[in-house]
This record gives sequence, structure tokens and C-alpha cells, in this order.
Amino acid sequence: MTKNLEISAGKEPEIGTSQIALLENLCNATAVSGDEHEVRQIVIEAIKLVADDLKVDALGNVLATRFGRGENRVRVMLAAHMDEIGFMIVKKHEDGLFEFERIGGIDERQLPGKPVLVGREHLPGVIGAKPIHMTTTEERKKKIDVSAMRIDLGPEIGDKVKPGDRATFATRFTMVGPSIRAKALDDRLGVATLIELFKHAPDNIDLLAAFTVQEEVGLRGARVAAYTFDPDMAIAIDSTPAYDLPHWDDDDENDRYNTRLDAGPAIYVMDRATIPDRRLVNWLVETAAQADIPYQLRQPGGGGTDAGAIHKTRSGIPSVSVSIPSRYAHTAVCIARQEDWANTLRLLHTALSQVTPDLLAGERRD
Amino acid sequence: MKSLIQKLVETPGPSGFEYVIRDVIREEIADAADEIRVDALGSLIAKKGTKTEDGMRVMISAHIDEIGLMVTHIDANGFVRFTNIGGINPLTCYGGRVLFMDGTQGVIGIDGIEMGKLPKLSDLFIDVGATSKEDCPVKVGDVCGFARPFLDLGKRMVAKSMDDRIAAAIAVEVLKQLEQTPHEVHFVFSTQEEVGLRGATTAAYGVDPDVGFAVDVTRSGDTPRLSTKMATALGDGPAIKVRDSSFIADPRLVEWMIKAAEEAEIPYQLEVLEAGGTDGRAIQLTRSGVPAGCVSIACRYIHSPSEMVDSDDVENAVKLLVKLLSEPIDLG
Repeated sequence: MTKNLEISAGKEPEIGTSQIALLENLCNATAVSGDEHEVRQIVIEAIKLVADDLKVDALGNVLATRFGRGENRVRVMLAAHMDEIGFMIVKKHEDGLFEFERIGGIDERQLPGKPVLVGREHLPGVIGAKPIHMTTTEERKKKIDVSAMRIDLGPEIGDKVKPGDRATFATRFTMVGPSIRAKALDDRLGVATLIELFKHAPDNIDLLAAFTVQEEVGLRGARVAAYTFDPDMAIAIDSTPAYDLPHWDDDDENDRYNTRLDAGPAIYVMDRATIPDRRLVNWLVETAAQADIPYQLRQPGGGGTDAGAIHKTRSGIPSVSVSIPSRYAHTAVCIARQEDWANTLRLLHTALSQVTPDLLAGERRD
Repeated sequence: MKSLIQKLVETPGPSGFEYVIRDVIREEIADAADEIRVDALGSLIAKKGTKTEDGMRVMISAHIDEIGLMVTHIDANGFVRFTNIGGINPLTCYGGRVLFMDGTQGVIGIDGIEMGKLPKLSDLFIDVGATSKEDCPVKVGDVCGFARPFLDLGKRMVAKSMDDRIAAAIAVEVLKQLEQTPHEVHFVFSTQEEVGLRGATTAAYGVDPDVGFAVDVTRSGDTPRLSTKMATALGDGPAIKVRDSSFIADPRLVEWMIKAAEEAEIPYQLEVLEAGGTDGRAIQLTRSGVPAGCVSIACRYIHSPSEMVDSDDVENAVKLLVKLLSEPIDLG
């Protein structure tokens, strides 16, 4: 691989027109877990000129390295998952109707009436719904099981769609003022962030970028990627729900918002998969405070990121997660703020630029 | 041994925050171990003995974390909402007292308690005596454990964290008493067991043992209505695990352990635990696979602030483990 250090060395990354265009491509691509081809091609195209080493591993992860300069460089793995939640065609019926299953965590109540794109050709279909004219009040109170739903691709579809083909929500990327409105912001925001960090890798570290597969079905890609890289420490860059809305049905204070839009990058203190190393949590918090970058602590609780697989690899890897908050995660459309994205990129770049072996000296503690 | 037990059970150490209990144990074993190190997930790993021709590299795992709570939100009036670290039953929470890692104390309250109705964790809150968000001394991400003093009932002992400090105490004692061993023994005081055997997973990879044993508590079937489907009872001796829901003990090890107990006339019981897991699973599934077993201590009221064990079972577990580690391991 040839390198082009001119475009990268020492510069601060920022979010501008070309970064937004890249995010648009990433979000509009289809990469349901297990078939991440489209996003993988975009990622490789975006980073190949600056990578010192680049390969695709057995599960389809893109593993790219940029070596720093000087002595005692910490080997930092950054992971962002390329896959998204979606659907898989299971069985063909007459008239271009297809049975399907969900891939990853999707609430079935979100499905009826949603347009979808099926297969690598992005064929337009719709998850049909019974019109209100035909339903009873009782029916409308119940949720509909996925087995009673079909994707309607029309009678002309022929053999173009087969069992095993993936489908996604058809939502197209739009900027709305300060907001990004798209499908799959979980985790294309992370992928776009990692691409920028990789292009502007600080030279005090070896940056080991893992664009991972199959996160949404159990952190599978990250597990083997971490085994290959065997890094000194790791950060998962992800997107996490913001449920920062008032309770409309009662007047109670909303105490389970997870994160809030406009409050900056969300640093993890615990989810179901990881209790992050507090040395890394504190490092990010202190960096944000010193550089005057807004940040928030994601409320501890459920959920998981690639850090869950990474930190348990081999003899253990100190790990933490940072997420860009986004409303309506795992539905047809998410809303995030450009400013939260920019602040996440700033925080990570600033923090990584300051990494020395001292960060990991001594033992894991508070 | 009771003073050691009291010291270990009263030290706070929820999963992921084992640095205080780790230091306490390190000090206890400093003179008895040949080498001590700490791995990336915080497990304390103490080596003792040199592998001879008849010997193996043996891992003994006792987890030093306990269940606890983590702060999720401070409301406008200074009440603290929390989430669980490990398996917390809301039944054991109301009116309980908690101790934060920085020493702050609090009580667990509930809004509008209904008799006979089990609350959800989200109905509960911690009251640290604050009057507003501003004067609340804790913040999101802070961690606490249950606060409850050690209770010595003579033959029986009670504490908030018998699971699994009683095993840590046993491992400390075995490490101290073990004089002659053909093995290179790695005593692992593992972290994050209660959230998914995480510390033992990375420690076992690092130790790369030939054989491994977990030491943990197990449920007992000897409470008044005998309604727990368990053959184990307090006082019937250390339990040799046959299986739990996380792993099936290597039958060769089970047989070898039974034979050793009988030879030395140490009482023992056999354990089949249908719901629960131990570090044994993490050891067994390491690298290319490791023969693994487990010695358990029957315990009542597990995951409550008052877990009860029998002192004779504890003494006998020490005897059994010292005997096992003093001899070659027969894998048939």
C-alpha cells in the first residue's frame, strides 16, 4: 500500500461536506449482519491510501493499521461495527410476497407499513399492513407477529429475490438543520468517525482500526478482530439511544433517558456486556473537561458494544466505549446531531493524541 | 480463620470495583505466595509451587467480586436511582443499607409499598440523606454494595458476601497451608464473576492451566419446606460439583476428588445445581479446553445481604483442597 502522509499528519479532523457525504453513502448502503459487503467496500475505498496495513479477515472485518513514530507506542484498537439490524427473506409466496425474519434487535411493532429495500440490488418493497378500514378496535390493540407479515415486492419480481437475501428499511439520508436523519446511524456514525480518526491518526500511538461485522447478532466480528490485533487497550465507537423526551403520559421526571441529544459524546460506565476500565473512563472525562468538549456519561444499564467481546480477549484488554447519541435507534429512522458527532470525533482525537504508556501503568482501579 | 472471613466479607467490592478487596487479599498472601500479579481485568493471580514430573499447572479460582448497585440518575430532590450489578432480587432491597466505594452510606427506599407485591428494581431508590440534586454526594456511575456486618452464630456464619468471599478465604487458607505440592498452583482471585465469569475467562487464558477448579458457593436444599430441589445441606461437608447450568465437571476429576475425600475421611456431598454457574465454565472453555471441576460450599439465602454457611464445611473444604493439591492428579 502507498501512503499519503501529506493529507493526514497532525491535522485536526473535522466534520465538513465531504464527511457528511461519506456518512450519507454509509447510511444508504445495505449491510445487514453477515453481509456487510457494501459498507466494507466504502470503508476500504476511504482508508486504503493511508493504511500501513489493511486486510479483510475470515469473518469479513476490515482490519487496518497505522503505525506511529517514536518509542513506547501504545497499541490502541478502535472498533466500529459496519453491520446494521434488518431483515432476511425466508420464504417466497405467490404474487411477489415474501416471508421474512428479523436480524438483530427490532421491535415488531415498528414494522407494518414500512418501505424496505431488498437484496444487493436494493429492490423496493413494503412490509404490508392491514388498512384501518378493515381492522377492528380489538385488532388494533394487539401487536402483529412477524410470521403474519410479508414483504410485498410485486408479481414481477420473479427469481430476483431468494431466501437468505437481506433487506433494510428504505429510509434515505437527509440533513435537517442541525440534525442527521437516517437509518443505520447505529453504527455508521461510528464507522464514519473511525474513518476520520484513521485518516488523522496521531503518531504517538499505533492505531489499529477494526471495522467489525455481526455486532448486532452478538459482537461476533469484534471477538476475532481483537484476537488478531491483541492490542494494549481498546475503544468501541458506537451509537446509543437517546430517549431524552418528557413523559407524555404522566408528569414524572424522566429518569431513564440513557443519553441526551446535544449533550456530547456518551462515555460508558457500565452496560450489560462491559464494566469499562475506570482508568480509561477517567482519561476521557478529564480530556473532555480540559479541552472544553461537552460530554455525558451514558446511564449504566442494558445494551452492549464491541467492547464486550474485546475486553475478554486473551488475557484481557482494558476497554471502554464512546457513543454518539441518536434518537429512535433500531427503528426505520434515527435522528442524531451533527454537533454531537463532531464533539465525539474531537474528544477521541484529542484523547488519543495524549496517550502514553502511563495511562495503563499500574493496575485496573477506580 | 473467622477473623480472616470477617475481614474479607466486610470489605466492599462489587463486580468491576475489586481494587480494595484485592489489596486486602494481596496483603494476606504476600508471604505465602511465590509470585503475585494482577491481570488486565483486575484478577489477582498468586503462584505457588514448582511443577515436578508428576505435577501439572493447576488453576484454583475464587471470585472476589460481589453483587452491587450502580447509580443511573439523581432526581431533582436528591434521590438516587440505580441499576443492578449482577443478580439483585428486589425482594432483598427495601430498607437495606448500602455503602459506596468512597464511604458514603444510604438506605434503599420505595414509593408506596404494597403488601404482598414484589417491587421492580426501577421502583426503588437510594436515599443518601440529600435534599436536592445539588447537595447529593453521589453521581451517575458511582458504585455501592450492601452494607451488613459479619454475624458469627457459632457453627453458622452470616454475611452479605459469603458469595464468594468464603471461597476467597478458603483459597487464602489453602495457599498458606500448602507445603508440599508436585504442582505449579495458580490461585486466581477472579473479578467480575457475577456479571458473566469475565475475570476467570481472561485469567484462565493467561495461566493456561492443565487442570482447573472453581471454589464457590452453591444453593442448599435444607430450608424449612425443603422446596429447593438440591441435595446439598449446610454441615454435610464441602460439595463436589457434578454439574451446574454453566458446565459439567470433568467426571475424571469428580471421581478423583471423591476418592481423595474418602481416603482422608473428609465429609463431602455431591452437588447438582440446576440454575447457576461458576468460574469452572470459563476455565473449561479456555483455549483448546481444560479439565475443570469445582468445590462448593452450601449456602442459604444466596444473593441476599445475609448469606449463611457452615464453619465445618469451610474447614473441611480447606482440608480437602490441601489434600488434593498435595498429590498428583489422576485423570484416569
